[in-house]
Amino acid sequence: MNELDFMSDTMRQLLGGLPITLQLAVISISCGIVLAVLLAALRRSCRLGEWFVRGYVFVLRGSPLLLQIFFVYYGLGQFAVVRESVLWPFLRQPWWCAILALTFNTGAYGSEIVRGGLNAVPPGAIEAARVAGMSRLTLYRRIVLPIALRYALPAYGNEMVIMVKSTSLASIVTLMEVTGIAAAIIAETYRALEVFLCAGAIYLVLNFLLTRAIAGLERWLNPHLRRVHA
Amino acid sequence: MSSTFVLLGFGQQGWGYQLLLAALMTLAVSASAFATGICFGTLGAWAKLAHSALPRRLADGYTTIVRGVPDLLVIYLFYFGGSTGLSGIAHLFGLQGFYGLNGFMVGTLAVGLVSGAYETEVLRGAFSAIPPGEIEAARAVGMGGMLMLRRIIAPRVLHFALPGMGNVWQQVLKESALISVTGLVEIMRQTQIGAGSTRQPFQFYIAGFVLYLILTTVSGVLFRAAERHSARGLHRT
Repeated sequence: MNELDFMSDTMRQLLGGLPITLQLAVISISCGIVLAVLLAALRRSCRLGEWFVRGYVFVLRGSPLLLQIFFVYYGLGQFAVVRESVLWPFLRQPWWCAILALTFNTGAYGSEIVRGGLNAVPPGAIEAARVAGMSRLTLYRRIVLPIALRYALPAYGNEMVIMVKSTSLASIVTLMEVTGIAAAIIAETYRALEVFLCAGAIYLVLNFLLTRAIAGLERWLNPHLRRVHA
Repeated sequence: MSSTFVLLGFGQQGWGYQLLLAALMTLAVSASAFATGICFGTLGAWAKLAHSALPRRLADGYTTIVRGVPDLLVIYLFYFGGSTGLSGIAHLFGLQGFYGLNGFMVGTLAVGLVSGAYETEVLRGAFSAIPPGEIEAARAVGMGGMLMLRRIIAPRVLHFALPGMGNVWQQVLKESALISVTGLVEIMRQTQIGAGSTRQPFQFYIAGFVLYLILTTVSGVLFRAAERHSARGLHRT
């Protein structure tokens, strides 16, 4: 088989893994955002919550994601309590374990980004809102969250790109997403460079589209920073 | 509970000694990859700051591609591609047989190449942070290029780059877990082996968490101490 045929055939096989890669990325990023906001809120709420979130972030950011995936996939099933619980039909599937570990991981990094965004809200803006007589809920909805979102978005964009790349680790717990298929083709044909180029191109395109989308969102959220055409 | 201590301790049935060795292996391969990353990063930063367009384009391509592709793919590239390439070169010289990179080499090169892309941005930013006045002052007293590099630029770049380099080191430490796919027995691989042969994965993965947390925490403290040390001559505000 000549080079071009091999490349197009490889590309076709790799694209077959794209749905799983996208599922893993989209679901874990979306759930991760919710978890991140909840953790950031818990950290602000009370002393105990602050210590809990600090510990959570310390453990999840201080250890490799691969270890976290293995822990969820192999470690939890050791106990009969887990195996007999209602969660077991989910926890024994690599797909759910990967989603769970990825969500927990990005939630920890995300909560720090959200925290930074919340801290960046100028106190004057909050005071002004209070003077205007806003309730707590309105204050958060109209003032704090919109400003925090603008500050947090660039860093959160980086975290999303990292997550798209991190979905590749799911291949180690037998999920056949793009990297899993790439590894199988390489092991079979030993043509590492060609397969790397094809798989790498898929991830580059995904991340390129993602960064463009986030840049567009940033521009849309910050109309006051747009350059005026003379 | 006490059985866990026997399992992970240093006794006859304990895995403590193996886990300790694995932690040292993680440190060794991370340090080796980090040093490789500094080499790639220095080259990359130099290229990005160059006046001509070609090195700038090459360095931009390097950082864009490497930062947009999963690290695991890069490891596979070196693991499988390295043996194909080396065997090819060996056959050119008339040597028969199979030649490959071992896990340590694969890890050093792959993680080094990836961290080098991040290091490039850290070092480029640090160089740009040097106030132009300091370079002008060095020129004014008649310093040559090499002397200025050694006495002014290198110490200043290192000072500004230290926090970023600390982040890259933490990242390398965690990425080193991926090298376990090559069979190199570092923490991740050793906990897998222990988990598989004793059928008590929970205890071993918890031990893995503890070892990684010790490594990341201790190196975090060391990097903060280094930052304080490098800022000792500066005004405190």
